[in-house]
Amino acid sequence: MNTKKVLEEAKELDKKYNIFITINENFDGKFPLAVKDNICTKDILTTAGSKILHNYYPVFDATAIEKLKKRGAGIIGKTVMDEFGFGTFSTNCAYKIPKNPHDPKRCCGGSSGGSAAYIAASKYAEFAIGQSTGGSITCPAAFCGVVGLTPTYGLVSRYGLIDYANSLDKIGVLAKSVEKASSCLQMIIGHDSKDSTSVKKKQGIQKKKITIGIPKEYFANVDKRIVVQVMKYVKKLEKDGFKVKKISLPHTKYAVPAYYIIALSEASTNLAKFCGLRYGLSYSSEEKGFNEYFSEVRTAGFGEEAKRRIILGTYVRMAGYRDQYYLKALKVRTLIIRDFKEAFKKVDVLIAPSMPMIAPKFSEIEKLTSLQQYTSDILTVAPNLAGIPQLSIPCGFVDKMPIGMQILGDYFREDDIIAVGKQVEKYG
Amino acid sequence: MLEKDLIKKLAKISRLNLTEPESKKFEKDIGQILESFKIIEKVDTKKIEPSFQPFEIKNITREDSVEKSLILEDALKNAEQREKNFFKGPRSV
Repeated sequence: MNTKKVLEEAKELDKKYNIFITINENFDGKFPLAVKDNICTKDILTTAGSKILHNYYPVFDATAIEKLKKRGAGIIGKTVMDEFGFGTFSTNCAYKIPKNPHDPKRCCGGSSGGSAAYIAASKYAEFAIGQSTGGSITCPAAFCGVVGLTPTYGLVSRYGLIDYANSLDKIGVLAKSVEKASSCLQMIIGHDSKDSTSVKKKQGIQKKKITIGIPKEYFANVDKRIVVQVMKYVKKLEKDGFKVKKISLPHTKYAVPAYYIIALSEASTNLAKFCGLRYGLSYSSEEKGFNEYFSEVRTAGFGEEAKRRIILGTYVRMAGYRDQYYLKALKVRTLIIRDFKEAFKKVDVLIAPSMPMIAPKFSEIEKLTSLQQYTSDILTVAPNLAGIPQLSIPCGFVDKMPIGMQILGDYFREDDIIAVGKQVEKYG
Repeated sequence: MLEKDLIKKLAKISRLNLTEPESKKFEKDIGQILESFKIIEKVDTKKIEPSFQPFEIKNITREDSVEKSLILEDALKNAEQREKNFFKGPRSV
């Protein structure tokens, strides 16, 4: 590995597409690893894309990073993301906004935008680390034309991840191929005593013939050209011996509100720890009162979307509203999980478009209201609420922009989605 | 639509100082978003238990024994406001 060339390329790509918050000048290793900036890397600036952590140098590596380093990974840099993961397009960024390597007038998708752009553009990197709460791997993978693998919740330790929403966050992979995504995942899975939600479970070993389910709710309100393209691939799979069945996931239309209520409730409590003490943005506080000081730091450190989400999250779990919003959303989540469980009694995997649109132009995103942006997550939030594994894989182009199909599997059945993904890859 | 006073109250308990234009913008955005959330009221969730996690996760306990932890210099490394071996913060009493 020519470390000098890798470093040069990273700098060049960063100039062109705004991929990195930090490039590691001391890069060295068997292979380059770009890491989403909300994952702690020892002695390398880790900001979670926020000004409130503009000076945070972790004294430890996240478990996933520690494991990868043992396999020879050298951290090439920390990638641009929406602040704390709060976005669908990687446009809610405190430092810079990444541009799509397929068309720099368009976004990379969020929130793992920088990691996806790096994999799309680099000659040297085969996989990068991303993280998903409600679709932050699938979306940028689809928009940038790379593979995105979001594992079952708990399969990869979250130790060292700067949380967005603990019951939803998963560290995962963006990669050049299904094979590379799968081999990176194998390096980072496993129970970790530092994350009590990480699981000991072994993944299944795929043997039998796979039946594919097509959930009808995931094809409504989607760019028709994307639907046509995804179905073309489904037809090819059918021709190659996969059984295809129509499926219904009836609670899909409630997934966006349920997701945002739960995610923002958790986010608003997680963000309470950023207060200008011990680490992160701080000022001299001698003349100031307790709350006055915290408010000053938080007001200066958080961007607009973070503030919006803190306020919304605080509202939906406030006394008097908690039952109406937060608890209700958690019950709707149960129904969404049941939808998937019912579906996986009949089929092994589900196939749907990854995103309802191709990567939008920055000029188009500007015109969207917050609600319209949230609604763009319609195809990714339900699988994330359920915590099932997801593989987004490129399946052709619309308007010269890549599109993705997502393959969803039952809990810990990464093997099934990887098997189907490898087949799809053969179609080119 | 959310009342202006409520946004102010939420900002205060979240320890955020909002400017007047920010307040106005949030009032509109958040009002719209909350309105869209109402759709879940229609779902029949009688007899349905809430899912705090994607699947049931058991509490894990361990012995409460003293283990190696951060050394002092590492613990203080990221603190800009410090005095001797202490974090320095605003007066609380």
